[in-house]
Amino acid sequence: MTATEAAAALPSTGRIAWREAEIVEVIDETPSARSLVLRVPEWPGHLAGQHVDVRLTAEDGYQAQRSYSIASAPERRELMLTVERIDEGEVSPYLAGEARPGDRFELRGPIGGYFTWTAASGGPLQLVAGGSGIVPLMAMLRHRAHAGRAVPARLLVSSRNISAILYRGELDALAAGDERLSLVHTLTREAPADWSGERRRVDADMLRAHAFSPADQPRIYVCGPTPFVEAAATALVGLGHAPERVRTERFGPTGGQA
Amino acid sequence: MSPMISRGFRRKHSDVGSGAVPPGQYVTGDFPVLSAGPTPRTSTATWSFTLQDLDGKEFFRWEWSDLLALPASQITVDIHCVTKWTKLGTRWKGVSFDALIAAAGQPLPGSHVMAYCDGGYTTNLAVADLEGGKGMIAYEYDGSPLAPEHGGPARLLVPHLYFWKSAKWVRGLRFMAADAPGFWEALGYHRRGDPWKEQRYDGD
Amino acid sequence: MIDADLRVDGNAAAGFLDQLFAFEVTAAIVTCDGCALDSPIGALDGYDLAMGAVLRCPGCERVMIAGTRLRGVWRLDLRGVRQLRIQGAC
Repeated sequence: MTATEAAAALPSTGRIAWREAEIVEVIDETPSARSLVLRVPEWPGHLAGQHVDVRLTAEDGYQAQRSYSIASAPERRELMLTVERIDEGEVSPYLAGEARPGDRFELRGPIGGYFTWTAASGGPLQLVAGGSGIVPLMAMLRHRAHAGRAVPARLLVSSRNISAILYRGELDALAAGDERLSLVHTLTREAPADWSGERRRVDADMLRAHAFSPADQPRIYVCGPTPFVEAAATALVGLGHAPERVRTERFGPTGGQA
Repeated sequence: MSPMISRGFRRKHSDVGSGAVPPGQYVTGDFPVLSAGPTPRTSTATWSFTLQDLDGKEFFRWEWSDLLALPASQITVDIHCVTKWTKLGTRWKGVSFDALIAAAGQPLPGSHVMAYCDGGYTTNLAVADLEGGKGMIAYEYDGSPLAPEHGGPARLLVPHLYFWKSAKWVRGLRFMAADAPGFWEALGYHRRGDPWKEQRYDGD
Repeated sequence: MIDADLRVDGNAAAGFLDQLFAFEVTAAIVTCDGCALDSPIGALDGYDLAMGAVLRCPGCERVMIAGTRLRGVWRLDLRGVRQLRIQGAC
């Protein structure tokens, strides 16, 4: 079954309604990002790459709504979101700061059938992430780990500095135990003296060096802030990848949901 | 069913609560950028602003230097977006609709206009909502030339109506004999959009 | 009461359109009435998701889908779409 067919098979009514989500666990990922493990009764399931809408209501009735990519694999019973705190924001300081286990909010989804990947759809799988754009791609890698790791995959992650890298330990562990998964980091603002990864913004040379070649016909997913995605997608097509094999998900200009 | 309250969540922006804020609005310190398309980047060298008659035929045109030569007004106004934010005390400089019409020196062909903009956006306005100092073509915001993402080189500014009427990247006004809906109005927003009467949607 | 959504992607408009259609909206293919480019709806350039959804052709930027949902009434301007194709389960 292709991703499109699988997504189309999901019951549509489940995506419309707002459901109650309860935080069961909070995980500090980086100094500015937290993951929330959620219990969502009667969650209909999701595909890696999809997102949810989150709605918060204050006591005076004021509401704010944002979208967050699902970080967890579809195989996990509990839903996980990873939220990067944007200081000037309104929702992310709450979710990545104030919120604690037991707190509840409304959630709707899963949403999105275009930016999804299942192991059954095959590969090779090329993932390109900018900052918090790694979240939906991590769901894909976590799903791939559940599905047997047969699909060759490469991940190129761009982060500001080493402390901003999301899921760093888990990524290293996934790559260390899997000869079909390769992981390359690039740091754009500062790198430690003993850094062995790349040290600049993602560009055509970096993609040519580390990504699957067009001849491999990879399924490519690029996610992150809009300027990042546009630059990477343009570079990939310039290297010869077919545009229809490059799927993109662009966050707003600030790089995340404020 | 009332929505669930999330413990500890509160709005970021403070509500001034004074008479300055129309019903249903909250005050923000930001200036959010909302756009129905990519930011046009028209150079002032090629910019023009035209008035068109009922048949769409141009009867007056200003190039950029012509616009700057017209008498300018500076105003400080509150602006109200239909998405509920209000920004107090915004400073603008531009040419009033009255000054444009005086410069054109012709009787107005219609009671309403459709504003046309780079990028294809349109919005409709009654002449009554533009004349008497109510509307201007603004080219400076907060003391600096209007930035492209905020509608530069020039935008319409009609602050007594919801801000979607203050069309960014405006390039001309086509007169109409009767009111007709522009882009958002045709999709269900109110024809006129008076925030003090909370005229957000068709039928309000 | 909904705050401005900062996403600028056809995938984000899915939450808006998903409630209306029974099929998976972001995977549906639409043909631009201007330049005839085929794109999945999820790949369209999305704008102004606060007042409504405006989805433009990534090739020529023409407005393909403009829509609002106000007081429970959906309005969709689909003049920019020449054709819509969706893979159904059969």
